[in-house]
Amino acid sequence: MKTYLLIMAMLLVSSAVGAIENYRLDKASIDPADTESLRRGATLFVNYCFNCHSAALMRYNRIGKDLGYDEAQLESLFIFTGAKVGDLMEIAMPPDEAKRWFGVVPPDLSVVSRSRGVDWIYTYLRSFYKDDSRPWGVNNAVFKDVAMPHVLWELQGLQAAQFNVLIDEEGVERRVITELELVEPGKLSNEQFDAAVRDLVNYLHYMGEPAKKIRLQLGKWVLLYLALFFAVVWLLKKEYWKDVH
Amino acid sequence: MSDELVDHKKRRILSIAATVVGGIGVAYVATPFVLSMDPSAKAQAAGAPVDVDVSKLQTGQLLTVEWRGKPIWILRRNQEMLDRMKEISSQLRDPNSDELSQQPHYAKNEYRSIKPDIMVMEGICTHLGCAPTYRPELAAADLGAEWKGGFFCPCHGSRYDLSGRVYAGVPAPSNLKVPPYRFVTDTRIMIGVDPERA
Amino acid sequence: MREWFYLGKEWIESRFPAREFWEDHLVKYYAPKYLNFWYFFGSLAMLVFAIQVITGIFLTMNYKPTAGTAFASVEYIMRDVNWGWLIRYMHSTGASFFFIVIYLHMFRAFLYGSYQKPRELLWLFGVLLFVLLMAEAFMGYLLPWGQMSFWGAQVIISLFGAIPVIGSDLALWIRGDYVVADATLNRFFAFHVIAFPLLLIGLVVFHLIALHRVGSNNPDGIEIKEKKNEQGIPLDGIPFHPYFTLKDMLGAIVFLMIFSAVVFYYPEMGGWFLEKDNFIPADPLKTPEHITPLWYFTPFYAILRAVPDKFLGVMLMGAAIAVLFVVPWLDRSPVRSIRYRGPIYKIALAVFVICFVGLGYLGTVAATPAATIFSRIGTFIYFAFFLLMPIYTRLDKSKPLPDRVTK
Repeated sequence: MKTYLLIMAMLLVSSAVGAIENYRLDKASIDPADTESLRRGATLFVNYCFNCHSAALMRYNRIGKDLGYDEAQLESLFIFTGAKVGDLMEIAMPPDEAKRWFGVVPPDLSVVSRSRGVDWIYTYLRSFYKDDSRPWGVNNAVFKDVAMPHVLWELQGLQAAQFNVLIDEEGVERRVITELELVEPGKLSNEQFDAAVRDLVNYLHYMGEPAKKIRLQLGKWVLLYLALFFAVVWLLKKEYWKDVH
Repeated sequence: MSDELVDHKKRRILSIAATVVGGIGVAYVATPFVLSMDPSAKAQAAGAPVDVDVSKLQTGQLLTVEWRGKPIWILRRNQEMLDRMKEISSQLRDPNSDELSQQPHYAKNEYRSIKPDIMVMEGICTHLGCAPTYRPELAAADLGAEWKGGFFCPCHGSRYDLSGRVYAGVPAPSNLKVPPYRFVTDTRIMIGVDPERA
Repeated sequence: MREWFYLGKEWIESRFPAREFWEDHLVKYYAPKYLNFWYFFGSLAMLVFAIQVITGIFLTMNYKPTAGTAFASVEYIMRDVNWGWLIRYMHSTGASFFFIVIYLHMFRAFLYGSYQKPRELLWLFGVLLFVLLMAEAFMGYLLPWGQMSFWGAQVIISLFGAIPVIGSDLALWIRGDYVVADATLNRFFAFHVIAFPLLLIGLVVFHLIALHRVGSNNPDGIEIKEKKNEQGIPLDGIPFHPYFTLKDMLGAIVFLMIFSAVVFYYPEMGGWFLEKDNFIPADPLKTPEHITPLWYFTPFYAILRAVPDKFLGVMLMGAAIAVLFVVPWLDRSPVRSIRYRGPIYKIALAVFVICFVGLGYLGTVAATPAATIFSRIGTFIYFAFFLLMPIYTRLDKSKPLPDRVTK
């Protein structure tokens, strides 16, 4: 029993240490009902992400339908490739060339919000920092040694990381990021940049499940109907079960 | 379980109420399943209007394009061909295109087209869906001396003139269908949408 | 008019025994009158099965079972097909609810001794249904072709490789390729949409035929057929229709409310019903950091991992399921229901439930040394519950049974 307790205690400690190593995630606090935010996010997406990342499960005209753009607007704001409005949001970059440039093929972002979660993306996009050992001169606090350059660099500026040096059980030194500090300002202030990333994440969240809005709207009517049906059948059942003594 | 004490009327009313409410529920649940079999966004995108450039189309030349998986014929006719069509009106089943489902209202005219020289129609025989062949030559040997040029369906011998109007006495019941289309410019046609002011 | 109706009815009845069937199995099928909450889950299992079959048929219309197209076709259903998202969520939620319902249905049997004589065969069909359902769910989970689909299948199929001599050939044969691949997906699709549903439907019919031969058990675990009136109708029995059809309908509506709440508000159920990693297309070169089977397999997965030896682990996991088949012969209690059993069984069942849920939890977490130790304890208790049953059920002091069913 003593050994169990000891093991348990050790595990608790080690998991606590493990928690520090993962950079904490900020809450994205998106508002999926905010169409203006979704529109701004969609614009950011096509301008900053869509050159390298496809969204090949999504159609342009679905954005039009859900965010209120007509075909002409879709063509001028979103389509740079000669695609038709009913087409999937594919990119022209051939995967093997992308692999040569980045080392990996940039993943499709259609459902990235569902695999990563919005908080992760929100924090990730804001956590690039200067690291000259990396091919693009930046590293990321959430996604270590990521192959992606800091695409929003223009907007955010550049951050530098502050490290805490920890020595783990095996005596190996570990550098843990404690804080990121803006060292080179970008076009946007901190607040403006966070808001812009929030818009972008909001859009990615929408794109992950375009039917979510109608799903949530419909739910209450279904439940309401079932409650009504329950009441009627309950009366009927009660009436019949009077026979049973 | 003595029968006298049972309120049969109440039971009947409640049973009907439960059946009605349940029936409405079943209908509502069935709806999404039925609608899921309608064309999806992908099919609709594939069936989107088709843009065709007709500037290089010669007189008497037939251009076939695909719209919603169907062959759409575009034929340029000259005045002489149109005059010929007038002559044979009496041999046709529906010379004035009175069967309204076979063409949009803006194509219900003598030429069955928006512009007299450009004919647009679906290349599907109205009999059983075969593809008729284009036979522009006059008095073709196999079609008889009276043949003024048109379309002939090899499946069951249906005949149409150059406006897609069906001859009387052939198996096909009606004229070839004219799809919705509009002129975007003088030489560009968009197939699948009505004219702007239609 | 009326005459025609009766003529038509007679014409059919002389050719097709619809009325007899209706009477034998509903109007004149007598069920014990005081059936409680735990007796809803049989009809609910049929309801979920129906939901799965119907939504499954409609999913099949748009799903593409090839490695290159499967993932995108699921998202195609979610986006491009009218109402496809609803049909897909109903199916994915239905899978988890199927297991919730079945686990509760099986627990009922342990509460009231429903597997005891004369219901052994009914129980055997039931356990077989459970095994088939696990296979059905496992193969269905490969179809979305996400990372979890792929690696889950990869891990489970490799288990067959643990069997001595034929193992690796067997695993190869199941996959039809050297890893889980297009061929695997294609054959799992065939099994999932036609082979196993057919088997399941057939076995459900057997399960019901067996039930209607012996009649429903009840929370008192006494035989209502022993006390009959002059007409030969059990004194404590009431016709299944309309009494239980109506009661089960109420249960079905409550079930549908919970089901709909999940479908419309929590279809991922925090990653338990739809896992995050399954929104990444299958990549044979990259294993997710943490592979977990779906929640309904985790108790058995924990047993598998509790054993340091691969082959023994597989054997033990198989045994954990196989032991269910012999339960009717392990239980030596003179009474069926927990109401009249002594304290030993009550404690044993409570400990078993805790350990089963605990194993389920342990199957979801990383295999740390502590988790492994707890899994071993859980595995031990799991088997002790069954294998010691002949001893403790005989020792247990049961109370006298009532004459008639009680409320």
